[in-house]
Amino acid sequence: MSKLGTITRRTFLIGSAAIAGGIAFGVYKVKQTPDNPLSDDLAEGAATFNPWVLIDSEKVTLIVPHADKGQGVASSQAALLAEELDLEWGGFETSFGKPSVAYWNTAMAEEGVPFMSTDESTTAETMRGVMSGAMKLMGLQGTGGSSSMPDSFNKLRQAGATARETLKLAAANKTGVAVTDLNTENGRVVLPDGTTINYTELAADAANLAPVQDVSLREPGEWKLIGKPMPRLDMPGKATGTLSYGIDLEIDNMLHATIKVNPRQGGTINSFDATSAEAMPGVKQVVEITNGVAVIATNTWYAIQAANAIEFDWGDAPYPAEQEDHWKEIESSFTAERLDKEWRNDGDINIAVADNRIFSAEYRSPYVAHQPLEPLNAIVKVTDSEVEVWTGHQMPRLLQQQVAAITGHEAEQVVFHNQYMGGSFGHRLEFEHVKQAAEIANQMRGTPIKMTYSREEDFAHDFPRHIAAARGQGVVKDGQVHGIDLSIASVSPVNSQMGRAGLSVPGPDAQISAGAWNNPYNFEHYRMRAYRTPELAPVSSWRAVGANGAGFFFDSFLDELIHEAGADPMQERIRLMEHDVSRKVLEAVAEMSSWGSESAANTGKGVAFVESFGVPTAAVVEVENTDNGIRITNVWLAADVGTVIDPVNFENLVQGGVVWGLGHAMNCEITYADGKAQQSNYHAHEGMRIYQCPNIEVKGLENGHKVRGIGEPPVPVTAPALANAIYAATGQRIRELPLNKHIDFV
Amino acid sequence: MIELTINGDTHSVDVEPEMPLLWVLRDELGFTGTKYGCGIAQCGACTVHIDGMAVRSCQRPVGDLAGADIKTIEGLGNPETMHAVQAAWTEQQVAQCGYCQSGQVMQAAALLSQYPQPTDEQIDAVMSGNLCRCGTYPRIRAAIHAASAKLQEG
Repeated sequence: MSKLGTITRRTFLIGSAAIAGGIAFGVYKVKQTPDNPLSDDLAEGAATFNPWVLIDSEKVTLIVPHADKGQGVASSQAALLAEELDLEWGGFETSFGKPSVAYWNTAMAEEGVPFMSTDESTTAETMRGVMSGAMKLMGLQGTGGSSSMPDSFNKLRQAGATARETLKLAAANKTGVAVTDLNTENGRVVLPDGTTINYTELAADAANLAPVQDVSLREPGEWKLIGKPMPRLDMPGKATGTLSYGIDLEIDNMLHATIKVNPRQGGTINSFDATSAEAMPGVKQVVEITNGVAVIATNTWYAIQAANAIEFDWGDAPYPAEQEDHWKEIESSFTAERLDKEWRNDGDINIAVADNRIFSAEYRSPYVAHQPLEPLNAIVKVTDSEVEVWTGHQMPRLLQQQVAAITGHEAEQVVFHNQYMGGSFGHRLEFEHVKQAAEIANQMRGTPIKMTYSREEDFAHDFPRHIAAARGQGVVKDGQVHGIDLSIASVSPVNSQMGRAGLSVPGPDAQISAGAWNNPYNFEHYRMRAYRTPELAPVSSWRAVGANGAGFFFDSFLDELIHEAGADPMQERIRLMEHDVSRKVLEAVAEMSSWGSESAANTGKGVAFVESFGVPTAAVVEVENTDNGIRITNVWLAADVGTVIDPVNFENLVQGGVVWGLGHAMNCEITYADGKAQQSNYHAHEGMRIYQCPNIEVKGLENGHKVRGIGEPPVPVTAPALANAIYAATGQRIRELPLNKHIDFV
Repeated sequence: MIELTINGDTHSVDVEPEMPLLWVLRDELGFTGTKYGCGIAQCGACTVHIDGMAVRSCQRPVGDLAGADIKTIEGLGNPETMHAVQAAWTEQQVAQCGYCQSGQVMQAAALLSQYPQPTDEQIDAVMSGNLCRCGTYPRIRAAIHAASAKLQEG
């Protein structure tokens, strides 16, 4: 019990070998089935067969606990359930459900295991199982790491099948027809004579039956929904402005609020003067919160105007005030003391380097902000008996704990209503804005408070993507890449982020060099070392996390070596690729892009391959060097996710990932001066606009046998493919993001 | 009190005349389909029609709008009776997070009244003030062409 206590005291064991000791004691607890949260307040005559299906006499409700931040998982989760439950598409309601251990994420921890995704050895699979068990013990319900489909694919189909078979059993009991003679379609049980009984009519009877657990899943050839285009359930609401996000909700007697917190992140407040603000129109009250103040008003705009009128004396930043000093700290981290882990040491890089002419290069990847278009917000109502929270969040159970710690309630007393999110990209894994709303509401007990960030406040308090730098040495021989020695230094994004969630993370951080250490190439000599810089500005997971910087470093350097060797960038990558599934994505983009055919004048193509969250991804970017700068004309991208759940949503997410990756690679960075982020709104951190958007052709391959997510994987490959294309078109090699520090874009 | 005509109905609001239309719509009158994104006319999420023109409601003080004909996304159409642009947005599965799409749809509807059969260049020129962080631009282009075709058919 003492060791179990260690885990439940929230030591997050990602990436740590120490977990191996945890497996033995945890087995009993890990095998326990969590209670079904739908049973808690089940109405008379309603049936629930598992935590995902609820049927009463009126309707079928599917619980889709993975948070939907735009990736469409509300629909995809529903599709997995409906596939086995034989529901008419759309003939049901969905709910994000309430926080529960039952929704622990079975797949989220996989990326943290220090084994390559291509490694399916017993040891690697055992560790993945152990990590998954740890997630269950912690009851970690979360959305992230492109894990929603890997987590849901089997268990939701199983849940749908269980519900279906139980409903059939209820129908058999009712009619006297044998279960084996019953079929199901469109939300009904079908009798041999063709008469049908709606599931809703069977709910009361089914509620008295033990759910049928011994069910088999349908073969892919029988699927009616999976693999086919499904109209996303949220689409009409989003096209008509009728779908409500957290920022749109109104609770009776609600007041509006906004905050001003020390823009030097984590810095304290020395003093403030709100005299003039308190006298401004609509202002109800100004209250202190951690490191700042909140203005409560009758309207968000009044609150923002008043907050801007407050005079502050802020404390210093707990990190270097100037950007230049952040880089100095990173660049001084390539030392034995700061070695986080030597991830690869294949062959003998020392021999390779000694025998051959060495090619060297250095790279940089900046801080980048998330800035989804819906500003951070939360509605919180605190009473003595409970706390209610309305907002979109990816970690519901941790949110309950964070809020409870502020208001003095038990975590179970925090009632959380999850909402559709206007984007996240990692932003809504964080808790600060929810904690701030809770601090305000706790001082105004009984009054619901909707706290909304101004865009400027959101920029100031974004925990950006981590900065990183790399140093590469490589050798080429006989027209081929012979050896690579790559070192990457950055702060630990996982440690920074999990630290704010109250979780400690022992062991190396795989994200410092994700995209570099885990590439499935077979180099004769390959050494890959990651160095950890002590925390500078606080950072967080940014769509695809480590592979953005590390993938840019690794693939750019590989491209340089291939050019040094005089080899073809595509053919040499294909030659070096050891992993069949990965080689096929390269071959796919070669074909899609007509690689090797004559290029038009002033154009160039670049290829890149980066694996992200277990998804081998390759892209070819084509650019044109115009008088007005670089224009990105075409992108071809292939990725292998094992099973494409919905080809239309897949294409949309990949195209969006390409726009996201290219846009930020072109023109986005956060820099610090006087301890504050210098970029305050989209004019200074713009990303891609429609006039810059290339044609994007997408192919989803299904050669891998594990189901993978597609939210993050299309992103990391885009920056190196673009830089490689610019080199092909102009001869200019850019080794630093954003690229517009060195070249103009149209 | 300021009188406003929104989606054909008259509304009276008691706010400071400097308050941008956006915040009157959202916080005073509950027209939350119009979104706050940046507050400085950089993202287009707050786009509405004023006298038939697409404008950024975060930049229009409400005191200047007495007598103006204001149309929000709620006035363009609804899930039961969609405007051609909204129908095309749904059919082309444009949205991801969807937060920018009210503004995109309003801008696209204005575009099509100016250019009933827009070229890609015209689409890019008119739609470039509308930021989509999810990157749905390829589908926005396709949906505008589809809506144009539908409107041509009548």
